[in-house]
Amino acid sequence: MALSVEEANRFAALLENDRDDLIASWAERVIGTLRGRLSHAELRRQISELSRGFQAALAGGARSLSDEPAAELRAQLSELSGGRARQGFSATEIAVSVFALKESMLALLNRQDGAAATLRDYVAFSSFVDEAALFTFDSYVRVREELIADQAEQLLELSTPVVKLWEGVVAVPLVGTLDSARAQVVMERLLQTLVDTSSPYAIIDITGVPAVDTQVAQHILKTVVAARLMGADCIISGIRPQIAQTIVALGIEFGDIATKASLADALRYVLGHANQAKQPGR
Amino acid sequence: MCSATPTRPSSRGADVDRVPILKIGGILLVSIQIDMADQVALQLQEDLADRVVTTGCHGVIIDISALDIVDSFVGRTLATIASISRVLDAETIVVGMRPAVAITLVELGLSLPGIRTALNVELGMELLAQERAVPPLLLEVEDGEVEDGSAS
Repeated sequence: MALSVEEANRFAALLENDRDDLIASWAERVIGTLRGRLSHAELRRQISELSRGFQAALAGGARSLSDEPAAELRAQLSELSGGRARQGFSATEIAVSVFALKESMLALLNRQDGAAATLRDYVAFSSFVDEAALFTFDSYVRVREELIADQAEQLLELSTPVVKLWEGVVAVPLVGTLDSARAQVVMERLLQTLVDTSSPYAIIDITGVPAVDTQVAQHILKTVVAARLMGADCIISGIRPQIAQTIVALGIEFGDIATKASLADALRYVLGHANQAKQPGR
Repeated sequence: MCSATPTRPSSRGADVDRVPILKIGGILLVSIQIDMADQVALQLQEDLADRVVTTGCHGVIIDISALDIVDSFVGRTLATIASISRVLDAETIVVGMRPAVAITLVELGLSLPGIRTALNVELGMELLAQERAVPPLLLEVEDGEVEDGSAS
């Protein structure tokens, strides 16, 4: 149920008159739930801003949170929840900070008299505060989703270094799940590095790949075939025991591609090959 | 050692663009710098066969680093050139394939069977040198004891 304009005005007056009492009891209730992660002064500052926001919205005649006079309050709420989301607070902890206003308000109302009228007022005010708390929850989720999107982007950027192991030998340590987008990036970078460094050998190390299914194997095989077409040889290394079992169980065939258990084995194999190829000629 | 004789005009169309064939030591070097139209590819195949016979070279290096597109016809022509050269006792190596070309070929499922590749001309020449340095017959003699004569 929405606030009527008179109710809103009454609450605005109440927030104005008993400001200090309200802020004190509100902060008191919230500080317990934050377990010392926010200083008392900081919390008081946030809460006094919030209470001013509530007061301004109600005095402006806002009947619900989506009304025009409450725009300022909405901005404050989303700023509060965004800031706390980045600091690692949970959604409940943020919502409780708003809900605590209800209890503080109830305490204020208890000191006054006129039971029947105040009950009606209180229920209306309470639903207004509920809206505010739900709004903080929404903006909390939005901020967290932005964070996740940012991190995913960063992950793709740092995901695939191609390192030079030896003269004529480069390695790609694959870390993390290999989906089509990443496989494409890996393939392009590896092939370009082969051209740039004119290295005839490449080692693909899959120690950091958590699972190998047919699709991942397909991506790796494509990379190896493309490298061969360009005249470079690929070795797959870092195959863990469970992965080996999965590969066999799925019936994936690596054909004549050399596979080694560890990167060290692969490097030894490559160097042996390179020497063998060089010796008869000199 | 280094000569770039213009290829002789053959029976087929003299107005077709020609790919120059350079002789360096015992190797014929072909650097394809123009679009490989079908006619150009066929002309190259013909010229190369002629030159392998006339020069008696034992290696052919085809540099395709300037090619943006390798379609199935060009791929097949390269394979044919390799086969023809092998019949004439010359090893063919295709060098300098671009990453984008390799990725496209793999996506299309073309793997250019029968063609040997190297990353660049230098590595291709090294590969040919290794091939010629170890004739298979000599290798067996080296493994057996030739010095002390106890073999027989």
